[in-house]
Amino acid sequence: MSFAAFHVVELLSSTRFSHKKIAYHAASHSFDESTPVLVLITNQLRKDLSSTNELEVSLALECLSRIATVDLARDLTPEIFTLLSSSKVFVRKKAIGVLLRVFDKYPDAVRVCFKRLVENLESSDSQVVSVAVGVFCELALREPRSYLPLAPEFYKILVDSKNNWVLIKVLKIFAKLAPLEPRLANKVVEPICEHIRRTGAKSLLFECIRTVVSSLSDYEHAVKLAVVKIREMLVDDDPNLKYLGLQALSIVAPNHLWAVLENKEVVIKSLSDVDPNIKLESLRLVMAMVSESNVAEICRVLVNYALKSDPEFCNLILGSILSTCCRNVYEIIIDFDWYVSLLGEMSRMPHCQKGEEIEKQLIDIGMRVKDVRPELVRVSRNLLIDPALLGNPFLHRILSAAAWLSGEYVEFSLNPFELMEALLQPRTNLLPPLLKSIYIQSAFKVLIFSLNSYLLQRGSPASFSYSDKLLPDVPGLVSKRDIPECSDLASCDAPVLGKQDEGFNPRVLNQSFGDLSVEYGGEETSTCGQSSASASLKDSFTHESIINLLNRVELSVVPLTGSYDVEIVERARNVLCFIELIKPQMPDCLVQKEEGSDREEAEASKIIKLMHDAFSNDLVPISVNAQERVSVPDGLVLEENLEDLETICGDVQLPSLNSFSLGSSHFEETACVSIPIFQSREERGPSNESTSLLAEHRKQHGLYYLPSEKKDGDYPAANDLQLQANHNDDDDEDLAKITEQLLVPKKKPNHAKPRPVVVKLDGDQAPIAAGPHPKEDLLSGTVRDVLLGSETAPTTRSPTNRKGKEKLNVDSATDSKENLGDGEKRDQGNSSSRKSKHRNSTVSHSKGRRHRSPGKKGGEREEHGQKAMQKSSGRHKARQRAEVPLNVVSQTPVIPDFLL
Amino acid sequence: MIRAVMVINTLGKPRLAKFYEFQPVEKQQELIRSVYGVLSSRAETVSNFLDAESIFGPDTRLVYKHFATLYFVFVFDSSENELAMLDLIQVFVETLDKCFKNVCELDVVLNYSKMHTVLDEIIFGGQVLETSSTEVLKAVEEISKLETASNAISLVPKSVSSWRSR
Repeated sequence: MSFAAFHVVELLSSTRFSHKKIAYHAASHSFDESTPVLVLITNQLRKDLSSTNELEVSLALECLSRIATVDLARDLTPEIFTLLSSSKVFVRKKAIGVLLRVFDKYPDAVRVCFKRLVENLESSDSQVVSVAVGVFCELALREPRSYLPLAPEFYKILVDSKNNWVLIKVLKIFAKLAPLEPRLANKVVEPICEHIRRTGAKSLLFECIRTVVSSLSDYEHAVKLAVVKIREMLVDDDPNLKYLGLQALSIVAPNHLWAVLENKEVVIKSLSDVDPNIKLESLRLVMAMVSESNVAEICRVLVNYALKSDPEFCNLILGSILSTCCRNVYEIIIDFDWYVSLLGEMSRMPHCQKGEEIEKQLIDIGMRVKDVRPELVRVSRNLLIDPALLGNPFLHRILSAAAWLSGEYVEFSLNPFELMEALLQPRTNLLPPLLKSIYIQSAFKVLIFSLNSYLLQRGSPASFSYSDKLLPDVPGLVSKRDIPECSDLASCDAPVLGKQDEGFNPRVLNQSFGDLSVEYGGEETSTCGQSSASASLKDSFTHESIINLLNRVELSVVPLTGSYDVEIVERARNVLCFIELIKPQMPDCLVQKEEGSDREEAEASKIIKLMHDAFSNDLVPISVNAQERVSVPDGLVLEENLEDLETICGDVQLPSLNSFSLGSSHFEETACVSIPIFQSREERGPSNESTSLLAEHRKQHGLYYLPSEKKDGDYPAANDLQLQANHNDDDDEDLAKITEQLLVPKKKPNHAKPRPVVVKLDGDQAPIAAGPHPKEDLLSGTVRDVLLGSETAPTTRSPTNRKGKEKLNVDSATDSKENLGDGEKRDQGNSSSRKSKHRNSTVSHSKGRRHRSPGKKGGEREEHGQKAMQKSSGRHKARQRAEVPLNVVSQTPVIPDFLL
Repeated sequence: MIRAVMVINTLGKPRLAKFYEFQPVEKQQELIRSVYGVLSSRAETVSNFLDAESIFGPDTRLVYKHFATLYFVFVFDSSENELAMLDLIQVFVETLDKCFKNVCELDVVLNYSKMHTVLDEIIFGGQVLETSSTEVLKAVEEISKLETASNAISLVPKSVSSWRSR
């Protein structure tokens, strides 16, 4: 209603009270700092504030408490100051109330009004005291330290007052002050306990409890008393009390977990409360109770509750289980088998929408914890095999994780054929393309594994001997045929390729190839060892079943080549090409094995071996900083500008398209393509689209290319972990070494990976703490100034006699302290030495201060003046006043001496 | 301090809204809507607290009470006690009840100005000023007496009539 703002101003000056009231009402509702006519009402407000009619005064005060700006606060401070000592309670309490806003807008008003505000604390009228305490409570919450000197006054109220409202506010103040001053905490803990025992008012009781558990948690007896009362609240029928009781418990939890454990039953029972607030609060408490020893038990209970509750709360429960368990790299999980099966169970819940989180954890655990892989595969199989789960879009992410896991760790699978059926079932068409392609890739891995197992089963001697036989005969053929394919399909396994880099350098071909085959042999045996648990399943790899498997895969993958999604087509083609390569040789070689068609058989098995090898390396998590730790090799010049690449890449585009269209035929003909072997290995994933030109360029400028394109051949969602294949052979690659260093220990990973969460948390908190400071400083500085000043010196001091004043200040502080010390016999014994020590330090501090100040005085004053200028937008008056105080801020150590 | 006081009827119509920190009207409406959205879905027997931080930002709490067709909602921060705020709602409603003799929604609609007068006597600039309904009533009566007295003299004040005749 800004259009009517001026009329409001007009109406304010009405002589009739009813109209004036309407005008003030309108003003307080619609005016804000940006209202242009605000400057016009100053005089009217001043007039009304000094009116004889107390109701008019109250109208003006009410309005001011809502719309006061810097200017209004500054200009009207004298009037408000007068009203602070008004004889009419009705006016005085409102004048006190308005101070909060005035101080907020115009901190220098503190100098004028603070003394009267403090006086009102000791007023005989309870209403006035109540409002004054309210104002102090607000002020103290913002910057508690400044109000420590007023502790005696508050303490008196705490002990004497019978008004619950006032007591609550005083307790709030002490909750802030107590942590700052241990002696004060010592002093107030008894009266507060007394209130807890005596009071009948629930609000006051709760406030006492909250004060004890949040600020006085070092006082064991007080906490015990509070916990007893909390328990009473917990079993109360009133849901409000129950809720607050739970809230209080969660404040206690970090320091006194026993309090929560004592009330375990109630907390867990509250999980099934009808009230969502109570449920949420008890869930938080339950999660606070979780430890290594009880995590399984608690999760069991929670999952049962999740099954019974509504979808929203169910997901809250699941979310908190997931986040609690994965804290600090699964710190609290000991039995990973259990946890993994829990994850599986959670995914089967009807309301589960935590697919993404479960997916992440499944993969993460799979990579970090070796021992749990068999269980992971079992859980994955159970998920994959259920066609009903494919209908739930929330589960798709989990299913894709399961598919990836069962492909990656297929050697633990009890029945690969069943797994293959699950991966290729028709309902997988319900999956989004990206996830579907993960299924295909996993099916591929399963296929390779099955073939390899079949070959192994048929007799290891043959597979060991093949390379020896082959090597002298047809090294060229082997390398030409196999390696491009391998690099094409196994692009996820960079180190394997790196190994081959060396191996297939033509110059050292013969020698290194020998090494390589030995390595293969070694790995096979290890594979045998790994899968010995499922040795019996090997019997199932009959010739017939393998052929069936091949046919089955071919049958379901062929239609996918017509898909619109590139990823699916790509992967489907990979699978088909492989089958095409293998199939013609399979029946023959297997049948004629005894007849000695060794070479063909060897060729087939060799392809399988290579493929299997490509997939059989472990993926482990790697630190996000790993790349930084790779030192730049000597003599390597990293160019910042890569523009020269542009021209070359421009040329490359055209031919690459051609070769892409070659499709599957390209595959078979790879052998004939005249790419030197050592170049083809660099092509990896995109080898289909690469040309000799590109290869040539790579050869020359290898360092411009990324060392590997891991994401291409593998599970996309795990990209962010920067997968890096780990291999145990000695290798000179720095990156690989780092990987090894970071390799996860078997059971409980104490991973060196820095936790970004923690770092982020610090970063988050810092700005919040820093944010409000500049503003508060001004107000609290002024308050401190006035508080100390009011005890010792008049408010106006010139810089010239500052030294003297300061000295006086210190002396009087000492005096008052000593008086107090005499008065309080029981305190004297234990604290007098501390006090005198403190006094000394105080004196020396201010001495040092004095030495320093003459030099700095000018500069400091200027600085402060600038601050004040910023605050009051350069008004002269403010600046002059702001120059006065300053030195008092440095006296903060004196403050505690005014205590009690 | 208390951040806001709202009275919303069970159909979501705001009957009174007072924000102690200035909010533009659009923002007020949005806040009221979102509060009502949560309130309306809550059962009768559950606690009187609401998660306010998602609506009003950090360090805010909300209590409400449901009387007949009206929700009374108080939003405040950590310097107030939750149970005390519930009591304050009670005081507010009691005072209205005494003012209007069995208050109902219609009274609230028709006596907009008086509602605000009552509320202003209880809460002043976000702080609790008075917690006794008799004291509040006394002040309110005094104000309305003065109001009617000044109204009796002339219906239209000079400043407004002169503005109209322009």
